[in-house]
Amino acid sequence: MDDFLAARLQMAFSLGFHIVFACIGMVMPFFMSLAHFYWLKTKKTVYRDVTKAWSAGVAIFFATGAVSGTVLSFELGLLWPKFMEHAGPIFGMPFSLEGTAFFIEAIALGFYLYGWNRLHPWFHWATGVVVGISGLLSGILVVAANAWMNSPAGFDYIDGQYLNIDPVKAMFNDAWFSQALHMTVAAFVSTGFAVAGVHALMILKGKNVAFHSMAFRIAAIFATVFACLQPLSGDISAKDVAKRQPAKLAAMEAHFHTERNAPLIIGGIPDTARKTVDYAIRIPGLLSFMTTGDFNGEVKGLDSIPKEDQPPVAVTHYAFQIMVGLGMAMVGIAFLYFLALWKKKSWLRSNWLLKLFVLATPMGFIALEAGWTVTEVGRQPWIIHGVMRTADAVTPMPGIAYSFYLFTAVYISLAVIVSLLLYRQITMVGKLYNSSSEVPKS
Amino acid sequence: MIYVVIIFLWTAILLYILLGGADFGAGIIELFTSEKNKEKTRKTMYKAIGPIWEANHMWLIIAVVILFVGFPKIYTTVSIYLHIPLVGMLLGIIARGTAFVFRNYDAVEDDMQKVYTPIFVYSSLITPFFLGIIAASAVSGRIDPHANDFLSAYVFSWLNWFSVAVGIFTVSICAFLATIFIIGQTTEENDRNHFIRKARRIIFIVMFCGALVFLAAYFEQIPLIHWIFGDTPGLIAIIAASISLVVMFFVLGQNKPIMLRLLAGFQVTMILFAATYSHFPDILLLKDGANLSLLTHQGQAKTIETLGYALLIGSIFILPALVYLIYIFQKKTNVETDH
Repeated sequence: MDDFLAARLQMAFSLGFHIVFACIGMVMPFFMSLAHFYWLKTKKTVYRDVTKAWSAGVAIFFATGAVSGTVLSFELGLLWPKFMEHAGPIFGMPFSLEGTAFFIEAIALGFYLYGWNRLHPWFHWATGVVVGISGLLSGILVVAANAWMNSPAGFDYIDGQYLNIDPVKAMFNDAWFSQALHMTVAAFVSTGFAVAGVHALMILKGKNVAFHSMAFRIAAIFATVFACLQPLSGDISAKDVAKRQPAKLAAMEAHFHTERNAPLIIGGIPDTARKTVDYAIRIPGLLSFMTTGDFNGEVKGLDSIPKEDQPPVAVTHYAFQIMVGLGMAMVGIAFLYFLALWKKKSWLRSNWLLKLFVLATPMGFIALEAGWTVTEVGRQPWIIHGVMRTADAVTPMPGIAYSFYLFTAVYISLAVIVSLLLYRQITMVGKLYNSSSEVPKS
Repeated sequence: MIYVVIIFLWTAILLYILLGGADFGAGIIELFTSEKNKEKTRKTMYKAIGPIWEANHMWLIIAVVILFVGFPKIYTTVSIYLHIPLVGMLLGIIARGTAFVFRNYDAVEDDMQKVYTPIFVYSSLITPFFLGIIAASAVSGRIDPHANDFLSAYVFSWLNWFSVAVGIFTVSICAFLATIFIIGQTTEENDRNHFIRKARRIIFIVMFCGALVFLAAYFEQIPLIHWIFGDTPGLIAIIAASISLVVMFFVLGQNKPIMLRLLAGFQVTMILFAATYSHFPDILLLKDGANLSLLTHQGQAKTIETLGYALLIGSIFILPALVYLIYIFQKKTNVETDH
């Protein structure tokens, strides 16, 4: 394996791992705080138990997200020093603010996890809310930094020099809003469905039904609300990408030729040599409409982009299709759940709805990884879109393949241990959070 | 504004050594505690560091962000030539951070605990060891941007007696900080005496490791003696640290935990001050003599300005919350002691 590929794989793996843990660590505090709020209001012990069970999850995910995030802050330099040398001072603003947000999150988490029976109940609850809000903020800030790589701003690139740096402008680049919105909503959707799915499974198994029903309800509501919002943010993102990164859009859609009345291509196998997509469903004019608001609008194809500046088409296209397909499936489930809540109460007691949620457990995260693949692979061959190539940014140190194997092994073992811990948390619910015992394990 | 940024960088590093160091020390002490006292040591430590555990490690992130935003050339040079020890430190950070939480939050106590515990204690040891190696390598003048073979570019840049000695010294400092900290957390006379005896032993170990650093510097022809004793502020710092160490020996037997912590913190602060003062503003000393300086290798003015404001605004939020966090759990621990 050559060093460049190894560096890219290691970065991809590290981010792909971190993103899951960071999303759960960012969203679960909101679930936890809502359950906590109900406990303070109603004094029903089941809410307290759900809160405590979820807070253990938050602690595990926060720790894993924090260490993998720490690793990333070093990996930027270890793998892409030439990129960081120029980009650090330009897009560093969101990182320095993120440091603050993350710090506050860690402090608030300290208060929250150890504050049971020590702090005023509402102050204690508020620290949980602060964990959620600061987590959300740090997520948005990091995505803003990533958005800068897609939409570089806040500097002038003259003769290979990065001049007139304006960190604030760099932070509020053209892509930050649509990317941060899409990512934040995705975090809620994926975590919501994952949590709801796990609790749905336990209800189906008939274990601690009261406990899991409460937990399921909270997670499912979050999941459905955000699943319905996601297509809207997806639309904003698509228009934005069409404007700023036509190459990425063309790769997402496997859209080889520039044309008016461009069709939306669903599925299919792109053939880059023949410049066609086989076995795809085509909806005439829809791509033009979605990106320009006009069925006859012109959409740039890959033929308008020089060969050496084209991203890998197949990977980007498949990833995009997976993301959209799963997104739509989740919207469908969300719709059914809403219908159940409003009109068809009997559905709520039927098993098929729960089974659908169990089926959806991994969907959000697969969609999330696919979407992230679209963003990152679709930007290639650029690390800073239009300014610096990824190949020019890689470290001169040889032997990165070993580093890739090492970190991959570490991440896989962490994923295994975390899964085991979660499994144990869930199966022990009956013992740990028995509502009759007044002092559960904190 | 550049000085504001430099002060923040230095303070973040200091606080990482003090707070994170005490944290690492907890694991190191666990490793070197006899079987019969292990359980007690572990429980006392956990109660003390649990609430502030996550926050302790944020200082490293702050330092890294300051480096790559404000001093990108320094950050990337370190990243390239000290890649291997950085990976060592990162593995330690990953293993330790997760093992601590896994051990604390696992719903079942069984054989898995036997897996987390060795991971926790050994990673507590290797993380500060590599941290010390990285710090020492920055100033030992072995980083060679002109090297064309793998060993001299990426291995000998950090693998030398001086760096290793500083690595060991850093480990001993962490153990020292943790022992002093734990004295104040004990609730029983017997335990307290046990840790006081331990602290006495560790003070000698720290002094021995410090002497090793000077010896290694002599063999590696690094002018450490000149750096530390060559100018008045460094000399004053070392004298002040020595006096406070003597005071500490007398106070150790008395029940004055806060005083002990202040003295330990003061000593470590003085050591870091003496070690960094003499070559300031240089932070990376290269083999060809072309040093990287915090003043000449800073980012553009606008970057430094916004970074400075971001740090100042951030600290308004962070510091009071952090102080309150430490205060409230400290206070409550003492209340429990009264029962």
